[in-house]
Order: sequence, then C-alpha cells, then structure tokens
Amino acid sequence: MNVSHLGQASPSLRRLSELRGSAPQRSLDARALAALAANPGCRRRALLDAAGVDKTALADRLGRPAPFGQSPFAIRRGLQFESRLKRDGYAVLLEPLRRMLGVPEEEVASLAVPDLLPSQSPAVRTERTLAALAEAAADPASWTLLDHPMLRLQVAGSPAYLEPDAVVVHGGRCTVVEIKSFPVLDGSADPAKVGAAARQAAVYVLALQEAAARLAGGVPSADPYAVQELPGAPELTVLLVCPQDFSNRPVAMPVDVRRELSTTRRQLSRMTGVEQLLAALPEGVTFDLARDDSGAPTRPVEELAEAVSTVPAAYGPECISTCELGFHCRSQARCAGAVEQLGRGVRGELGSLRTVEAALAAAERGVEQGLEPALLAELGLDEASERLAYAARLRAEALAVGGARLGGVR
Amino acid sequence: MSLLSTLARLEAVRGQRAEPLATVRHRHLSERPMVLVPLAAAGEAGAPLAVLLGTDRDAPRLHLVPQPLNRTQRSEFLAAMAADVVPYLESFNEQVELLEGSEKDPVSGEKLPVVRELCADAPQLIVPNAAGVAHLALLGRSTRFRRTAEDPDPGEYPAPTRVPLLGRWLTHLTDRAQVPGSSMLLAMTGLLSRHWATGQSNLEDQHLAARLAWHLPPEGMEPAVTGAVAAEWVESARDADGLLRCPPAGPATDPKFDERVLAPAILRHDAAVAVWEQADASRDAVQERRAAGLVERARAELARVLLAATLPTWHDVWRGVDLLRGLPPAGHLPDRWEGDRWSFTMHRDRVAAGEPPQPRRDDAVTAARKLAQREREQAKLEIQEALDDPLAMAERRLAGEAFAGEVVDVVPEWTQGKSPKPRPLLVVRTGDRPHADPGREVYRAHAEPAQRAEIVSAEPGEVVVRLLSGMGRRKDPEPGSVPAVGDQVVFTLFELSPRQSAPLPEPADTPWTHGGPPVVGEDSPAGADEWE
Repeated sequence: MNVSHLGQASPSLRRLSELRGSAPQRSLDARALAALAANPGCRRRALLDAAGVDKTALADRLGRPAPFGQSPFAIRRGLQFESRLKRDGYAVLLEPLRRMLGVPEEEVASLAVPDLLPSQSPAVRTERTLAALAEAAADPASWTLLDHPMLRLQVAGSPAYLEPDAVVVHGGRCTVVEIKSFPVLDGSADPAKVGAAARQAAVYVLALQEAAARLAGGVPSADPYAVQELPGAPELTVLLVCPQDFSNRPVAMPVDVRRELSTTRRQLSRMTGVEQLLAALPEGVTFDLARDDSGAPTRPVEELAEAVSTVPAAYGPECISTCELGFHCRSQARCAGAVEQLGRGVRGELGSLRTVEAALAAAERGVEQGLEPALLAELGLDEASERLAYAARLRAEALAVGGARLGGVR
Repeated sequence: MSLLSTLARLEAVRGQRAEPLATVRHRHLSERPMVLVPLAAAGEAGAPLAVLLGTDRDAPRLHLVPQPLNRTQRSEFLAAMAADVVPYLESFNEQVELLEGSEKDPVSGEKLPVVRELCADAPQLIVPNAAGVAHLALLGRSTRFRRTAEDPDPGEYPAPTRVPLLGRWLTHLTDRAQVPGSSMLLAMTGLLSRHWATGQSNLEDQHLAARLAWHLPPEGMEPAVTGAVAAEWVESARDADGLLRCPPAGPATDPKFDERVLAPAILRHDAAVAVWEQADASRDAVQERRAAGLVERARAELARVLLAATLPTWHDVWRGVDLLRGLPPAGHLPDRWEGDRWSFTMHRDRVAAGEPPQPRRDDAVTAARKLAQREREQAKLEIQEALDDPLAMAERRLAGEAFAGEVVDVVPEWTQGKSPKPRPLLVVRTGDRPHADPGREVYRAHAEPAQRAEIVSAEPGEVVVRLLSGMGRRKDPEPGSVPAVGDQVVFTLFELSPRQSAPLPEPADTPWTHGGPPVVGEDSPAGADEWE
C-alpha cells in the first residue's frame, strides 16, 4: 500500500512490512479496533494487526480457521436497509439530528452529499474527507452528509483507516451516524448490541477529533470529557440508525458515547507501542505465508506456528468470538494446561495457581491428607490453594453422600 | 462461577469428560415435553425460517418458510406452527384439581369459601439454548397483536385465531422462563450447565453439541472420544463441501450453509413459484400442473435441507433429556412445579375470560410485581436446592453460610422461670468455618418441625449452639427433636423459609412517582401494518 505520505518509511514500518511478507496490507477497521481495545494486553493481536497481516489466512494455514462469516441474507438485507435510508433523502436522519442540535424546524435543509472518491486508495480518501469536512464546517448553515468517509487514527504507532457509515456536518460540527441491522423493539434495543455499536462509534469520534485537530493544526485534548470547540469537531453523541420493530422502517436514536470514548482512548493508549513489540521479536521472524503463483501458501505449518508463538498472546474464551486466531490460541492454552481456558475470572479465583495441574494438585493435597484448614496454612500453602483444598474436601464429601443416595452410581 | 464449580471444571479438564455439579435433578421434567428447534432467517429480527417440533422423539414435524422475506408465507408458517403447538398447550386445560380456599368478600369483609381450579399438569417446552428462548419471545411479540377474522376490524390480512393465541402463550412462557426455578420453558444448555461442569468456559458451553461432547462421543467422529478434542471437532469439522458436520443449534444458521445450500434452494423455489404464477395467469391447465409439480419438488428439497440442519440438534436435545432423567428428582420439585401449574392455570383463565394480550410494556405495578416474584423465587430456589442437594449445600458451607458436622456432646439446659423450657447445648465438630458470631441465629436443615438455634461459641473445628425451638411444649423435649451424640447435623445461617415481601398497590393506585394509574386504551394493538 502507498504510505509515501508518511515520508520516508521508518525502520519499524519496514520491519512490519517484512512480517507481512508479500501479502497486501490489511487495514484495521473499527470493529477490529474495538476488539483490540477489549483485550489490550494481547501482544500477538496487536502486532499482527499493526503489521496488517491477514489473520484469516494465517488461521487457515495454522489449521484452525476462524468461524466467522456473514450470511448472504444478512448482507442483502443490510444493503436494502441502507438504500432505503438513502432513497428517502436521509429524512430519517435529519429529524432527530435537528432535535439533538436544537435547530428550528422551519429552517430549510437541503442535504449536500459531496463525492468522497470511494474508489481511490485509503490515503487519498482520507485527504479528500478532510477537505470535505473543512469545507462543510466552514458554512454553519449548510447540511452536509459525508457518505462512507475515510478517517485515519494512529494506533500503537501505526495508522489505521476507518470508514464510518456516514457523518453529518451542520453548524460547524459533525455527528457520527452508525447504521445497524438489529431492531429497536418497542423503543428499546438489545443493550449488548447497542454497547458494541457505541464502542465502534467511539472509535470514529476519536478519529474525527484527531481530524479536526489536524485541520486546526494542533493535537487533540487528552481530556475525554472536553468538548472540542474546533470547526468540524465531532459531537459526543452519535446517531444509531436501526430498523423499527419488525419492519424495514429506519429509526434513529441518539447514543451518548462519552464513556466508551474515554474507555477506548485509555485502552488504546495502554497498548504497547509497536516499536516495543518489534524490539522483543527475535531476528528473522516473519508471518509470510509464502504463497506460490497459484496463491496457495507454501510456508510449512510448524514453522509458521513457531513464528506465531514468538509473540505472547493473552487468551481468554471471549477471543473465540472476536479474533480470527481464537481457536489457535485456545489449543495452545489447552496444551499448556493454562487455567484461562476456563475463563478469565477463573485466573483471579486461583491466584498463583496458573495451570490446571497445579490447581488440581493443590486440591488433592486437601482431600488426601484430610488436613484441618489451620494445618494447611502451616504448610505454607497460600490462601487460594488453601481454599481450593477446602473446596475439594467439601466436594468429595458431598459427592460421597449424594453418590450413596444415587445407589453408588455417579 | 464459584470455586466449587471451578474445581469441577478443573476435574473435567483432567478427565476430559463432564463432572457432576448436582447429585439430584433440580428442574422438573415432564412426562410429555414438547421439544422445539427453531431456526431464524439471518439479517432480520425474529424472522422465522423453520422449526422442528414434537413430543415424540421419533416423529418430529418440520414447518418452514420457503422464502423468509415473503410475509404471506411467514403468516402461513405461523398458522401451521400455531395449529401444532396450541393444541399441545391446551391439552392440559381440562384435567384439574379442585382446591378449597377462602376469599375475603370486598364489601362485607367476611371470609367466603371458594373452590379454585388448578390444572393437574402443565405443558413443558424445551429448546436447545437461551437464544432459542429469545427467538420464541420475538415470535410471541410479533404475533400476539395480530388481528383475526373475528376482530371487529380484521384488517387486510386477518390471521387464524390460533396465531395471536400462540403469541400470547409464547409471551407467557418466555416471561415465565425468567422466573428462577421454573420449568415450563427450558433451554437445554442451561439445564445441562446446572447439573454438570465441562472442561471449557461458560461461553463455549452455549454450543449445545459441543457441550454434549463432554458427556458422549459425538456421532460420526472417529475415534469416539469425549472432551476438548470432541468439542472442537463438533465446533469446526467441515465436510468436503465446506459445511459444518454438526450444524449449530440455532436459531442462527451457519453462514456457509446459508450461502451454499439454503440460498440456492430458496432461489430454485422462487423460480418454480414464478413459473407456476405465469402458468396460472395463462390458464394453461397442463402447464399449471407441471409447474405445481415443480413448486412441490422445490419445497420438498427445501424441507430436506432444513431437516438436515435441525435434526442433529433435535437428537441432541433428547440426548440431554436422557442424561437428566438419569438423575433422581430433587425433593422440592413438586413444590416448584406447582408454581408453574398455577402460572399455567391463571393464564388459561385469562385467555378464557377474553382478556387482551399482554401489553408491549408492563405498567409500573406489573413490572414491580414481576421483579418481586423473581426475587422471591430466587431466594426460595437457593434454599430448596441447598436442602435437596449436598453439593449445593457445600457451596453455602464454602461461603461460610452453613456448617455441617457431628454432634459430639449434648448438654441439657433449661430456661429460668416458673415453667422451664428446654434449651439444650449441642457441641458440633466441624471442619467448616461459618461466618458466625456468638448470638447469631442459625437454622437446622432438614428439621421437622423447623428448628432455630443460636451460636454460643465458634472456634475452628468446633461450634457450640443452643437449640431454641422445635422441641415441643413440655419441660422435656419431644423424643427425637434433639440430635443425639454421633448424629450428623447441618445448620444454616440463612433462613429456611423465604420472607414475604411487602404488598404492592393495585394498578389503579399506582403513585404518581411511578407514572400514575395506567391509561386504558393507550396501547392500541397494531395489526398487519408493522409487518410490511
């Protein structure tokens, strides 16, 4: 991909491109960023994403393909819904926006939709979006809709390109519009889905704050609750557009994303800088699949798995639903007998006992020796092991009683 | 997750098979449950695609929507499903018990004897997972306001009478499923999770077939093993066409299945219908017959692929039922099932009385009542499970809310005064560490009648309690009411009968802080309009 606008490729960018090999760069999208922010401790994912490695292809080659996919029905319905929104001239957006921004109803609003060069490269589109945003923000009376604009956000030292569904500019300020396919039923929507949409929208707001700061020639304020007063700055409330009830009719609701914004900002700042990740990497490691002319990967699987394992992962069962490498990391966690395979909370419960084997050994000591709790403490077992031994004793006793009732059958 | 269930999971990892979390079955299982495996069309909320249902494991019936976007076909599907499910639900209407009670006359305040009906049994629906329950709730919401031909204003597309009835029942059942310990609508994954631990996380346990792979080797897997390897095979093994060997338990289908199997089959059906419509318009009898045959074949093909997508889950649900039937029923099951029977009877009466469907949103009093009921039932469930199951009691002992042990000494003592009452001291040897200070009231489990005691001293290894009640009225305790030396006893720090919550006002007396009395007629039922 063309990165010339960043000037001379830095050593770390060169190293990242080596990691990727000959494959084209995958740019981070908001969904991936939100997933990354949910697990900021995972160096494996951070590095692979920064290098733009195609994780789906990588997971395929490692023998544990990602289970993700979208049904053609869902895609078709999503497109239908978006086209319906456009057909009505975005009327459904204007009304709630007007109310949110406090614009009187009699004010005539004709929506300008500038061309954002959708077929160009991300870098060109980003510049074009910036120009359109500046232009729209300059005239406070106009209404402008930026359809699928392109924004850039620096994440752990590497650029991510983001494409919100739409951004509406009016009165010198802009509002992120997020179009989703889950319904608003009797005035309320699934809170988990609204939360995910808000986290995603927060990433866009963050990128727009950076864009506005770039337009004004400064850096964005670090205070998450500070409202930017710059022209073109984003509102901290976004518009979520969903189908109403069981119909195809769109309905828009304002969602305050200040909390998600501060969370995302903090999580992203906590992410280990890409330089640091690269520094910890052994010489010569690459995730290149070495595809042959027909596009089939030729890199030996063991070698590739070896390369992946040089970067530590922070696996938790949630990864399976958000990360392409989830199944791969799970099998590694299982091989190592890590207690995280049972859930992140389990690790806190078991304290310093990090493997299934160690935990079971601690539990067995309590059962076999029939030790009194006070004695266990004297043996120097820590609190977690002591409690586990106590639990094991109770469990064995209860199963013996229950087993007797079951007639010896367990 | 408690430490005890974490321990069970660790053991399951070691043994690569499910480990018990209960020694008895804590949910009622009907003699004649109806199993439903619903599928939803992707991309649209609650759009039904198919359902496989029935009460006989060897004879499931499939209903399907050939073109999920077609609202007429969707209505036909719902009518067919209603014609199948509603008679099952109503088959429990007739057999009743007559209970004599009394009711206060609102005018005179006198107590009048009344005879109330209670249905002798109630229906039970079992779906594969929690998402299945949510899907039934959506179906209920989308059908209970449908207008029928009997309505004064039937609208453009009147539905058969049973369709809104199905919606009301589904709404009632999914609502009832929120009540802790209820068994009228159950999700199989939840049932299995309550009784067994697997060596994987809660998240992965939501996949019914993967969860079952910790109990039984999955069908078609070589070599036949249980555990993580089997679960992963179930989650991800695909055949030569790229389709999952074990289709997901729904309601969402595998996107690959949608793309490679379902979409082409729907397309062929659409094409056949188009040909048939053309022939129908040209009034060519021969062509029409041929086209009708085409439509029939296309529909049969759709039925075949949808049956293949639901049948494995159907069998999985029944396998789960078998596993659960292997456990002896808990002692308090009839008590909780009676609550379900009351719930069923009352809804039956509301339907018979011609009351309107449940509103879109509950008014303040109804919502508060439901919450209070769920809290009460939760407390009751926790107590009953602890009494029924030593493993559940172990959870409470680990939390310091109960202690069990052997009586090593009994010291008879009496109250001072004119008529002395027995107040014996029990010395209990226990390894448990109850969070108990002297003076704290405790309750003896499994005592008949109920027995209270107070902590006199609690040292590690030994707790001394003084019995306060349940020993009769005389100077000497009733025989058998005081444990003897060598007896095993269990005392709990929590009360063994849940407290009644304060009564709530009638809806008409809703205070203004909660929106005031509900306005009648505000919630006009919508008919066909929201389907377009």
